[in-house]
Amino acid sequence: MMDKLIFGRYIPGDSFVHRLDPRAKLLGAIFYIVIIFLANNWATYAVLALFAFTAIYLSGINRRFFFNGIRPLIWLILFTVVLQVLFTSGETVYLSLGPIVISQEGIINGIFIFVRFVLIIFMSTLLTLTTMPLSLTDAIEYLLRPFKLVKLPVHEIALMLSIALRFVPTLMDETEKIMNAQRARGVDFGEGSVFQQMKAIVPLLIPLFVSSFNRAEELATAMEARGYQGGEGRSKYRVLHWGRNDTLVMVAFAVLAAALFFLRT
Amino acid sequence: MVMDIVFDKVGYTYQKGTPFQSRALYDIDLMIKEGSYTAIVGHTGSGKSTLLQHLNALRKPTEGTVTIGDRVITSETENKNLKGLRKKVGIVFQFPESQLFDETVAKDIAFGPKNFGASEEEGREIAERMLPLVGLDESFLETSPFDLSGGQMRRVAIAGVLAMKPDVLVLDEPTAGLDPKGRREIMDMFYRLHKEQGLTIVLVTHQMDDVAYYADHMIVLEKGTVMKEGDPREIFRDADWLKSKQLGVPSAVEFANQIQKQFGWSFSTLPLTTDELAREMKPFLLQKEAERQ
Repeated sequence: MMDKLIFGRYIPGDSFVHRLDPRAKLLGAIFYIVIIFLANNWATYAVLALFAFTAIYLSGINRRFFFNGIRPLIWLILFTVVLQVLFTSGETVYLSLGPIVISQEGIINGIFIFVRFVLIIFMSTLLTLTTMPLSLTDAIEYLLRPFKLVKLPVHEIALMLSIALRFVPTLMDETEKIMNAQRARGVDFGEGSVFQQMKAIVPLLIPLFVSSFNRAEELATAMEARGYQGGEGRSKYRVLHWGRNDTLVMVAFAVLAAALFFLRT
Repeated sequence: MVMDIVFDKVGYTYQKGTPFQSRALYDIDLMIKEGSYTAIVGHTGSGKSTLLQHLNALRKPTEGTVTIGDRVITSETENKNLKGLRKKVGIVFQFPESQLFDETVAKDIAFGPKNFGASEEEGREIAERMLPLVGLDESFLETSPFDLSGGQMRRVAIAGVLAMKPDVLVLDEPTAGLDPKGRREIMDMFYRLHKEQGLTIVLVTHQMDDVAYYADHMIVLEKGTVMKEGDPREIFRDADWLKSKQLGVPSAVEFANQIQKQFGWSFSTLPLTTDELAREMKPFLLQKEAERQ
């Protein structure tokens, strides 16, 4: 189960996309997710899909990873699509049963929503697959800098994010370890009634909480022992560097947005 | 029924069929006889922990078969109906105190037995019997496990595994991080259970002294496969080979080897423990004494 999680996994590489500044990638991905809501016809979706597939191609990462990224969300997507298809009224009605209406518009809308979901997942997967989690938090810290003026603890937020990301694999290992220990004591995870399954979670959650709190305390001590005292005057090991390619990518996104405005109906 | 554990051409690959796949075990043939005390040694990353999880079907081999008593486990075995197996083979994992969760020590010890069908009262009774076994008295029964010291937590966690009355007890470095006295007490307790109740024990360890003192069978793992299997005395004879596998020899053997090297002496039997060493030193000392006169 844990082995198969693809979200948030970085795949090292040296492609065009890998080498982009994390700030450019983060801004681009967010921008893409915003402008995808401008699309409302075949042409606009086609342009967006072309853009996403070009980006995936440039990353040099196996397409399978992107399709795997959809898998955990497939039921949510299908549920939304089915709702769209069943409850959208329109001019060309194929079937009408009480509140349920299947119309041509509904089906087309369903397809559009499906494509929108898939493209959003592709772009965010592309971001996490090609960007080290730590670079991503560096980018977030940089982009949040203006909020320092309103006393937002930007450095602390970024630190919390990077610590959280750093401990995801550790926590998963820990979970597996404790699950094994409790299974060896006769617990069946994922079997029996809902009530039984919920009961089986308790012997897993409590040890996890206890070890997480202990670990947090140890980490804090270890950081203080090495002289950590917050972000004031702290220099960075990895310095972000905005290059010409990054500007080009930003321009590409602007062109994409312009195309969408031009093509939408 | 005989509770032998037999591995036949066992292999295990993590995340098989993905780009992250990695082979942890291959071509493993071994046998753990009922009533034996088997030590599994190998340096970090040799596949010990993965192997150990096959002993009660927490992992199923991706190749080959594991036979535990009369149950045969292959990659096709379903995850259901393995409970009986888990009761027969108890595992004390590394740092087992991380499995403690219940409000009181008594409840935590009774957790395993209750999962295998014991009633509330039976569970309580078992907990009362288990505590003295691991060297704690009854006053701990109503304490929260999280108020105990590290060493006490370890003992309670071990009691929780012993409480299931397993036929085979698997120990993954059970004394890591304990003080020397606690170590000795716990290891002696396991040995007593082995001798008195015929409990089969599988010990995964880095402590060659523990292997020398307790084990009657030894398996050396390296890079996911069995390099040597047999009598510890035979295997410890070849200290250079063990060192080349980044393993050591018991301190008694180390000392004996130095005596042999520096004084050109040769022991009739290689001493594995300090007792044996003292005994085997007698002829050597007598001869040295004679030479002096």
